[in-house]
Amino acid sequence: MTAALPLAGPEPVADAVPARDWSAYSLAEPDGRRRLTLAVENITCAACMGDIERALRGVEGVASARVNLADRRVAVVYDPAALSPDVLLARLQAIGYPAHPFDPAARRDGGSAEARRLLKSLGVAGFGTMNVMLMSISVWSGNVTDITPETRDFFHFMSALVALPCIAYAGQPFFGSAAAAIRRRSVNMDVPISIGILLATGLSVANTFLGGHEAYFDSALMLLFFLLLGRFLDENMRRRTAVEAETLATLRSESAVRIGADGALAEVPVSRVAPGDLVLVRPGERVPVDGRVAAGTSEIDRSLVTGETAPVAVGPGEMVHAGMINGFGALTVSVTAAVEGTLVAEIERLISEAQSMKAGAMRLADRAARAYAPVVHSAAALTFLGWMAVGADWSHALVIAIAVLIITCPCALALAIPAVQVVAAGRLFRSGVLLNAGDAIERLAAVDTIVFDKTGTLTTPEPRLVASSRFDAGALALAGRLALSSRHPLARGLARAAGAVETLEGVRERPGEGVAALVDGREIRLGSPAFCAVPAEVVERMRAAHPTASLIAVADGRGEPVLHALAQAIKTDAAETLARLAAAGYRIEILSGDRQAAVAETAAALGVAEFRAEADPQAKIARLEVLAAEGRRVLMVGDGLNDAPSLAAAHVSMSPVSAAHVAQAAADAVFLGERLGPVATALEVARAARRLMGQNLAIAVVYNVIAVPIAVLGYVTPLVAALAMSGSSLIVTLNAVRLRRIAGEPWRTAAPVAAAPTSPAMLGAAGTLREQT
Amino acid sequence: MSILLYLVPIALTLGLLGLAGFLWSLKSGQYEDLEGAAWRAIQDDDLAEGDPRRG
Repeated sequence: MTAALPLAGPEPVADAVPARDWSAYSLAEPDGRRRLTLAVENITCAACMGDIERALRGVEGVASARVNLADRRVAVVYDPAALSPDVLLARLQAIGYPAHPFDPAARRDGGSAEARRLLKSLGVAGFGTMNVMLMSISVWSGNVTDITPETRDFFHFMSALVALPCIAYAGQPFFGSAAAAIRRRSVNMDVPISIGILLATGLSVANTFLGGHEAYFDSALMLLFFLLLGRFLDENMRRRTAVEAETLATLRSESAVRIGADGALAEVPVSRVAPGDLVLVRPGERVPVDGRVAAGTSEIDRSLVTGETAPVAVGPGEMVHAGMINGFGALTVSVTAAVEGTLVAEIERLISEAQSMKAGAMRLADRAARAYAPVVHSAAALTFLGWMAVGADWSHALVIAIAVLIITCPCALALAIPAVQVVAAGRLFRSGVLLNAGDAIERLAAVDTIVFDKTGTLTTPEPRLVASSRFDAGALALAGRLALSSRHPLARGLARAAGAVETLEGVRERPGEGVAALVDGREIRLGSPAFCAVPAEVVERMRAAHPTASLIAVADGRGEPVLHALAQAIKTDAAETLARLAAAGYRIEILSGDRQAAVAETAAALGVAEFRAEADPQAKIARLEVLAAEGRRVLMVGDGLNDAPSLAAAHVSMSPVSAAHVAQAAADAVFLGERLGPVATALEVARAARRLMGQNLAIAVVYNVIAVPIAVLGYVTPLVAALAMSGSSLIVTLNAVRLRRIAGEPWRTAAPVAAAPTSPAMLGAAGTLREQT
Repeated sequence: MSILLYLVPIALTLGLLGLAGFLWSLKSGQYEDLEGAAWRAIQDDDLAEGDPRRG
């Protein structure tokens, strides 16, 4: 259904239903069909997979439908001439699996390709290792018994035949990265790795052609195999995190309703909206883009942008920002880019400033590599000179010096930190914490102060009922049923409080005022106090008693209207989590953009002594700088657009899944669900991981302390090299796996996506779920 | 020891077959959804309605 709108200053239509522009959501297949990927809620088990595939395949025009259970997605190929995907969504909705289409323009699939590339290299290195080892063991045992030189040469040539192509293929990830580092005139861990592998291979080839006793092909390949394994696991973890983040973003169903030149409405992905477009924001919807109001008036909840909880009136000419939640009125918004002087431009400037200030911090692994390479290379040079000095001939001295480089090739060192990171990231993933930055774990472990934002972080993102001017169970139940028909966030909160499940019939939306319905000949109204004719003194009294609450009124046409106050409630486990963190020795502070009274109330309820209110983005950064100057390592936890710069500026930062886009992108980690517990779990896991990283580095050092003298003295045979190198890799990997035993309940109990209500449309359903469990 | 001239190439060929199999399975997307694949094995969607083997 489309509504014809005049071109100039179109008045927004509150109840218009736009058609989705499916060509923007799907990709063309070569045979004229189209491929669509859907994120599906409530996929929890194998039975869901069968249900969904059966349901979709039964629809006329569907060529194929395949569920990916691990990613909770469905790929559908359909014939656009025979079918509109709206039918598919309706079908899935009907059987209890609401689905949302992915925006192909926003998909990042790079991680997946890289993981496949590493898996291929891993397969090749594994094949090479096993087959070369087969021949190496024959040579080793033959060398101490009665192998003939011809047989040994045969084995060496066969080994070379297998090893050289395998190393050339499987070593590429390391060689490429090392070459890039050298071109930048710097050293990373891949430089000593590549040098070690190339030297071992080169020496082995030389020995093969000279008919020598020893070849190190097996060591070079085994080293590659272990390192590729570590790297693949790391990449796979990163891919899973990216997939999960993408699914969550899609389930927020962030789309915009664009008003075309002919007045037709089309629902499009946010990426397809350009500056200058007109966008319709219906009552209760989240504003999808930044822009200026072109027509319509409404009240708007800015808590995600400024931290302020009280709604503010907006009218034509005023700026609205992505993430604000619209009230009872429909708005037409003219999209603007991030123009100089707007809030968004200011926030972006602050974020990039904060990020450039932090770029100096170096990762633990790179620091280790930088300390390691010169020590090892000079040790090899000294070995060469030493053997020359005691009268060895130069080729013998060179072979021993190369053996030093091979045995010190930083296999254990290269695995010491990534192995722990992989296990820790997997552990955090199960607890509902997704890492954005690879070194976030190291930085989390160093934290001693935690700064929380209030709105949306310590409190729930959606409001809850806190007081009513008159309690009347019947009236509340009726109001709840009426509220179900409204998408206004306050109405959603009221419906949840009333436990309403059944909507009323014949509900009409009154733009800018509320909703109304006829029941038994009486008009029931739900909306602003003025719409329901609440006396001014009742409103005044309620405002005085609950300064932080938003008000919504119900009139049933008989008695006096009832006034309800809804406020954001503190998250259920906030007090417990803060107590746990304080007991662990963290200093805790609240830093909010909301009013003094509201912040003081929350701080008192949670027992936090240090709090600051009415802080704008600059003030938040200033406070973090003061803390940093005191030598404190700060974890910032925040969700709003106004928190984004301080999230980027803090030593490390976390954001709830309900946070604004910009805040999530600036944070080092995102935690899922409605609870605050994952913050404490993340800190615990990070501290344990940091301890294990230290242990692993110590193991790598001990290994070198033992192995280097043996190499310097010239006792490194291929057997010693193979044992030492694989042994040290196994020890650091097994040590990392101990992290899995760190306590902490897994976060994922039932349907993980349903536990993350982020769009107003989902709040109702998820809210009822939560109350039932 | 001339038997080695046959046996080693045979061993390598078998190894290469294994590697080719792995690369083929990777290319055909068999590692895309490990969780789902485990469950698909025990679904009986491929059996006709009323088939006695269908649970």
